[in-house]
Amino acid sequence: MPERKIRVLVGKPGLDGHDRGAKTIAAVLRDHGMEVIYTGLHQTPAMIAETAMQEDVDVVGLSILSGAHLTLFPRVREELERRGMGHVLLTGGGIISQEDMETLAGQGFPKLFGPGTRTDEIATWIRTTMEARWKDEEVSR
Amino acid sequence: MSDTDTAPRVKAIDARSLWEEALGAARLRESSFTSLSGAPRKALYTPADAEVDHDADLGYPGQFPFTRGVHPTMYRGRLWTMRQFAGFGSARQTNERFKFLLEHGQTGLSTAFDFPTLMGYDSDHERSLGEVGQVGVAISSLQDMETLMDGIPMGEVSTSMTINGPAPILLAFYIACGENQGVDPAKLRGTVQNDILKEYEAQHAWLIEAEPALRMITDVMAYCAEHVPQWNTISISGYHIREAGSTAAQELAFTLANGMEYVKRGIAAGLDVDDFAPRLSFFFDAHLDFFEEIAKFRAARRIWAHKMRDVFGARDPRSWMIRFHTQTAGVSLTAQQPENNIVRTAIEALAAVLGGTQSLHTNSMDETLALPTEKAAKIALRTQQILAEEIEVAHVIDPLAGSYFVEAETNRLEAEAEAYFREIDKRGGVVPAIHSGYIQREIHRSAVRYQRAVEQREKKVVGVNAYVEDVDARPEIEILRIDPAVEREQHERLAALRKKRDATRAASELDDVREACRSGANLLDRFVSAAHAYCTLGEIADVLREEFGEFKEPSIF
Repeated sequence: MPERKIRVLVGKPGLDGHDRGAKTIAAVLRDHGMEVIYTGLHQTPAMIAETAMQEDVDVVGLSILSGAHLTLFPRVREELERRGMGHVLLTGGGIISQEDMETLAGQGFPKLFGPGTRTDEIATWIRTTMEARWKDEEVSR
Repeated sequence: MSDTDTAPRVKAIDARSLWEEALGAARLRESSFTSLSGAPRKALYTPADAEVDHDADLGYPGQFPFTRGVHPTMYRGRLWTMRQFAGFGSARQTNERFKFLLEHGQTGLSTAFDFPTLMGYDSDHERSLGEVGQVGVAISSLQDMETLMDGIPMGEVSTSMTINGPAPILLAFYIACGENQGVDPAKLRGTVQNDILKEYEAQHAWLIEAEPALRMITDVMAYCAEHVPQWNTISISGYHIREAGSTAAQELAFTLANGMEYVKRGIAAGLDVDDFAPRLSFFFDAHLDFFEEIAKFRAARRIWAHKMRDVFGARDPRSWMIRFHTQTAGVSLTAQQPENNIVRTAIEALAAVLGGTQSLHTNSMDETLALPTEKAAKIALRTQQILAEEIEVAHVIDPLAGSYFVEAETNRLEAEAEAYFREIDKRGGVVPAIHSGYIQREIHRSAVRYQRAVEQREKKVVGVNAYVEDVDARPEIEILRIDPAVEREQHERLAALRKKRDATRAASELDDVREACRSGANLLDRFVSAAHAYCTLGEIADVLREEFGEFKEPSIF
């Protein structure tokens, strides 16, 4: 059986145009053998969820440097749930304080990554989390 | 001369080969040594590396080609302007921070706007949700501008406004605000960034398509030449290009290429180059590679002087000079061990000073975590004051000139920039190079290359991939938070404004803006008039979006 590829959507919610992180991560995840879709800039939560559904992704990673994460991240989750995509693994990164990361952990974002994170740390976390999920799915089948 | 001094040339050759042998036999720290941008670096630079004709390539300060500086006196006459960028929350809060900075010896104001303002949306637009006041101040109308400048004598301060897509609208608010304070527009001093090309290339806060956006810019040049002659109509910015990941050479090349594009557009619009070129200013990054940065500033002055005189035929020496603002590199700061950022910033600021900057912003140590607190902002300002007052470097003009290394770096960066100018020309100019994604792709590739170098520890970052400390040992740092009430209050203020203003007059002003879009009449002139009628930013920007269409980002990933 061929190895199942992880499909990741890298999304830029809100109006902030800082896409260096998002595009770098997208390139690195692709190097790690994942299928990566990048939304482009200035996306609303609904636009991101719509793309996630159409592309049938396993993971949505959000990048935000505008300080609007506490508002926009939970909205992306709501929009995904509305489209039956509540199973998607959510993560993200940007200028997000420890305290805000803890708040968002309670809202469906189990792990977020701050400035200075090694990109392979992010890739590894996505891979291990997804592989564990797939294993659980097989067991329960 | 004594007998022992005979045949010095032979001796020098012997000495060089002896040294090369010693270097070749030694164990070195790395297999190759490169600049922060990845350019190869030799162990030693000699006169052979730095071919410079003093009078032609360097000249005297205040004289062509200005390599040594744009003023004859440089910092002996006047220190650089210490201009700390500030803006957050409401206009009222930012007004208080402005007054705080002025009280502590800052000499110019610099305004950061929030994302809705930068993208031309009012605070109560649905796309503004969660973003109001977060990364800068929210200014949706002349009313907010009046609050922002309340109690600040607009005829006396110089104000920089970092905004691009809707820059002409914000400038109109500022002009109208000055008029309401009783200040003649001719007395207003400051800068509006207004550099849309680098928005498409790197920073990505745009409003409309490139061609009409460039027309608005020439409208600003024409209007200001007549009515606001002390205003810098564009700050052509490399900062965002560099922060997006470019190399030093790319920053230099793309910024100057953009600058030349604006000059072409101004000339094509029928302006005399010497009427607008002296009001163009520039904005560069000061990154960590000390000598590469100093060389970049020197190369920028020399390239621009030649282009303006020899290519564009400018005759006024003020058109030949590149005057620039510098900001230390935000991307060089680390969330880990944030106090170390004070040291990084100080070194970067010193490079800017030795590179002859006209004004400087030093970043606060906490900027990778949140907006700067008052304490962090004050340390950043004090850093500049220490450079200015304590270390005695400001007494000598361009002190590193003649260093074989610095002259070689200056020549290298100039040559690399010229190679990029040719690449851009081959693609039909800056605008086609943006539409095809060429410039964006070049920047992205450099960003990825640097990230890989850090992860492979070819480039070291203290606290990140070297001398790492346990995360738990990270010191607590105070975080400035934006109260969500700011967004709510902005909604209320806008609702009240829309009720209070003369609705018929506002609607007719918007019609006039639409008419000017079609007729080619000067748009800034109409914006000032619309500002006085309290038309909002979003209302004016909507007319522009409808008339000209929004810019579509090329997919380059």
